[in-house]
Amino acid sequence: MKALSVSKAVTALVLAGLVLLPLYSQLSGNIFILTLFTRIVILALAAASLNLIMGYGGMMSFGHAAYLGIGGYAVGILAQEGVGSGFIQFPVALAASALYALVIGALSLRTRGVYFIMITLAFAQMAYYVASGLARYGGDDGLTVYKRSDFFGLIDLSSRVQFYYLCLACLFGVVFLIWRIVNSRFGLVVQGLRSNEQRMQAIGFPAKRYQLVCFVISGTMCGLAGALLANNTDFVSPAVMYWTRSGDLMVMVILGGMGALFGPVMGAVVYLLLEEFLSQITEYWALIMGPLLLLIVLFGRGGIMGLLGRADRG
Amino acid sequence: MLLVVEQFLNGLQFGLLLFLLAAGLTLVFGIMDLVNLAHGSLYMMGAYFAATFVAWTGNFLLGALLALGATLVLGIVLEVVALRHLYGRDHLDHVLATFGLILFFNEAVRLIWGPAGLALPLPPWLTVPVPILPGIYYPAYRLAIIVVALLVALLLYLGVMRTRIGMLIRAGASNREMIGALGINIKLLYTLVFGLGAALAGLAGLMQAPILTVQIGMGENILILAFVIIVIGGIGSIRGAFLAAVFVGMIDTLGRAFLPNLLRQILSSTAASTAAPALSSMLIYLLMAIVLVVRPEGLFPANRR
Repeated sequence: MKALSVSKAVTALVLAGLVLLPLYSQLSGNIFILTLFTRIVILALAAASLNLIMGYGGMMSFGHAAYLGIGGYAVGILAQEGVGSGFIQFPVALAASALYALVIGALSLRTRGVYFIMITLAFAQMAYYVASGLARYGGDDGLTVYKRSDFFGLIDLSSRVQFYYLCLACLFGVVFLIWRIVNSRFGLVVQGLRSNEQRMQAIGFPAKRYQLVCFVISGTMCGLAGALLANNTDFVSPAVMYWTRSGDLMVMVILGGMGALFGPVMGAVVYLLLEEFLSQITEYWALIMGPLLLLIVLFGRGGIMGLLGRADRG
Repeated sequence: MLLVVEQFLNGLQFGLLLFLLAAGLTLVFGIMDLVNLAHGSLYMMGAYFAATFVAWTGNFLLGALLALGATLVLGIVLEVVALRHLYGRDHLDHVLATFGLILFFNEAVRLIWGPAGLALPLPPWLTVPVPILPGIYYPAYRLAIIVVALLVALLLYLGVMRTRIGMLIRAGASNREMIGALGINIKLLYTLVFGLGAALAGLAGLMQAPILTVQIGMGENILILAFVIIVIGGIGSIRGAFLAAVFVGMIDTLGRAFLPNLLRQILSSTAASTAAPALSSMLIYLLMAIVLVVRPEGLFPANRR
């Protein structure tokens, strides 16, 4: 191991940039960039949670956006019913996501491979239709969150800078947690199941139980992202659960590099900045983005972190 | 009685349409081991081509035929340019690459045809109600969909089970290395199968077009239904796809039609009207969950190695 590798240097640079961003925004008076990066940080959190099951666990969930919606609707519905405290909203958002993950995971993990991809996709789509059918909470049109979660004055979510740092702290917390999980005995079992489920089972590990726990942890983390996202946009609608959003999250993970700790963060930053950049050039940005994805799949193995890793080895 | 018969036929018609879509998806997956999310885009393109060609030629049948050919060609081009390079890669790569293709197709359609939907008007001879039972009339066009889809299903069955090409396709599904070693041009066979799948999706799209609006993203919702169908039916199995498609079409249509009334008998009318739309759109997913619990491989799994 070299003392300073390219991949570590670039990661550190990006993270430092994220930490110092509000300073730049204040000095330059560019408020838009802070709003943009709040979104990026939240979606990076969602992508990091997906990386836990996809990159380390080998479970290709194509329905991860469902948790964004569940977390968001937990905040939105409670706010509408007069429960404004974040100390209630956030735990409920996490618990609801965990419960959904438990049920969906228990069913989906009966299958594997491409079935698993399709099943998670279909269940997320079901959640989308259920949200569209919630006439009391806006149905198709979505639900406006008139008041952001209230943390008894400890932290003010209406302040752009404070909210940004809250999101960033959540992101770092989740990445730290994932790092601890991945290097724990539990994490090693889950990674072992990815490489060879039969062998692990023969050793005596209850494969499905380990995978289900991992699936639930990941879903709960993504529920946190959902609760933050609803606060960020002051709005939650079925659209956050739409399957293209799940696809976006997958793209972020793969673009960053599957199974790399900071991969999803890099992926989210690059993907969303690219989207922003392309949409400023042309209204038809997806016309470029689509084929670009195809090229990344065909030629860019291992994503950004893989590329940086190759630079390390020279 | 009238309503029951009508909804039953609607369910059958929807199910058969879903079969056309699911058959292509399951063929491509069973033989090339390719997960093609862009299958829904081909369905959309079929509808857009039909709307354009029918307006252009002024003849419904001719326009539909041209649209079918155009989707077939598009499918073949897509396979040769992009998807061919994905065979043998990880399923995740397929998902990602074809997800990119969806973005591309949706945006291309927006660029070419504009963001507003198109309508595909029917010729007068297809709009007349046809008596199917004494006193019961059914729209001729929906009846035509049922007949065409059944005919295609029959042809597909005969084609796959009784012809030489079909034999090669089945052989390719069960052991691709061996059939390649026996001197069959696998590449050509794959291109052919993909084109066939594309044409089936296009046919479904162009037949559905006069009933719904032709719009961007129309392929995506129905694609997910097609996924549900091949999961229920068993991936790679055409017979499974057929039965599951008809089943899903029926459940979905009948659920939407009769569930609200059924619920109103049990619950208060306000509770029923709130729960019914959500519940009826959940029905098929619940069905899928039950099938998965009982038979994780689907109801009619194709024989795998």
